[in-house]
Amino acid sequence: MSELLWVLFDLVLAGLTVGLAWVAVATRELRRGVLLFVGLGLLLAVIWARLRAPDLALAEAAIGAGIAGALLIAALRDEIGVSAEPEDGYTASRRLVDLGAIGLLLALSWGLLDAFLLSDGVRLAEGVAERLGESGVINPVTAVLLNFRAYDTLLELAVVFAAVLGVLSVGPARPALEAGSLVLTGLVRWLVPILVVVAGYLLWVGAHAPGGAFQAGAMLAAVAVLLRLGGVAHAGLPGTAATRWLLVLGIGVFVIVGLSVMFADRAFLQYPGDIAGVLILVIEIAATLSIATALALAYLGGRPVGWEADCDSPQHRVNRGAADRGGDA
Amino acid sequence: MLATTIIYGFAGICLFVLGLRGVLLHTTALARILALNVCGAGVFLLFVVLAYRGAGMTPDPVPHALVLTGIVVAVSATALALALARRLREIDHD
Amino acid sequence: MPDVLALVSIALAIVFYAAGSIGLLRLPDLLSRLHALTKADNLGLGLLATGVALLAGDLVIGIKVLLVWVLVLAASASSSHLIARYSMQAGNRGHGE
Repeated sequence: MSELLWVLFDLVLAGLTVGLAWVAVATRELRRGVLLFVGLGLLLAVIWARLRAPDLALAEAAIGAGIAGALLIAALRDEIGVSAEPEDGYTASRRLVDLGAIGLLLALSWGLLDAFLLSDGVRLAEGVAERLGESGVINPVTAVLLNFRAYDTLLELAVVFAAVLGVLSVGPARPALEAGSLVLTGLVRWLVPILVVVAGYLLWVGAHAPGGAFQAGAMLAAVAVLLRLGGVAHAGLPGTAATRWLLVLGIGVFVIVGLSVMFADRAFLQYPGDIAGVLILVIEIAATLSIATALALAYLGGRPVGWEADCDSPQHRVNRGAADRGGDA
Repeated sequence: MLATTIIYGFAGICLFVLGLRGVLLHTTALARILALNVCGAGVFLLFVVLAYRGAGMTPDPVPHALVLTGIVVAVSATALALALARRLREIDHD
Repeated sequence: MPDVLALVSIALAIVFYAAGSIGLLRLPDLLSRLHALTKADNLGLGLLATGVALLAGDLVIGIKVLLVWVLVLAASASSSHLIARYSMQAGNRGHGE
């Protein structure tokens, strides 16, 4: 009986998710689509929890729904009056796309059934479980991310860094919002310290429970988003020079740790078992700060006020102050 | 267990195809970026379904780590795409 | 005994959630919909949190769940206020809009 109930639950949850995605993609109103997308992210977080992936549930709620939602909503303000309506007059190619989509759906479904029913694939999970003791952490996902496949994560930080460099080089940040109602600023003041504590907690528990650098970084980035919504123009980011250092801190510490273990006759990023836990924590702290900075800059949507002034002059503090006043006026 | 994987696996495929269709049919950048994110969510769902091994079992952590990486990369790519779209609009208006 | 209390509490929570959802779908204007949502969901989540904390039977988990509830209360009250304020500024004066 309970088995049947679970199937019912799965059907409802999966059906809701697909339905929501359908409406979010098909709607002609951009705003509606974006809000439904945030809802979709939350439903996905529930699915991750259902499929026993709590690390992903946290990351999805914080990043997939939270930060991506904030990015899209901020972008909506640039697009006021634009509708997402697919242009008519292309009905022939629309038909073609629909046909192709149905064909792809059938082909992929067949592949899925084939994969589940026929083959019993080799899994890496046994290998992870076997050597978890050497990784320095207990949470297997953190072990994979920062020890067994640390190379991937290093390159991922590089991808995030490159994306933010792209955002920074495209143009200046969006103009700041003016301070909203008292209720909002009050809430922001109240939430920010709590969120910072939660970020620290997520970072710390990542070693033995769901959490880690990505979730903690997203939480800190949420602080920046909140501050910005509360009318703080620089969104809690420090001065320009410090922001730049924070941005490269994650990759820098990662590479330094990876290289320094080579002095002990080990391969790049092959931590010695007895201090692996400490090294992972150090890397995670740096990665958290970098990810938070990167996501906060991404939310600003471009170079913060005073960023260019720094390129020319060593007196960045003075210039930054002047530019800030100019920007606020 | 098999029912669960098939249900969510099919949902993942649906998200992927819906997103892909949206990317091809929409004409505004923001709608396309949104559709691309839905497409990516479908891929993530397939990965997590492949990692799932039933109610009492520990799932495979390797796909989980890959999806976690993927979520962060997807959001940075979205940020870059949105910044480029904003710049394109500015150029069009000038 | 705690299990029975937890189940009763969760069942009540479901009633409140259902009432809130029906209100959201059926009520005529924005302000009364907000009213239905915040009242029902806050109490619903409170009951759900109580139930979950009782089921967990652990003080630390209970405190965490309580914290979640308090945060949702603050967020939901503030966002309702902001939505209502925005709608007032946009010219919605309540009934019949």
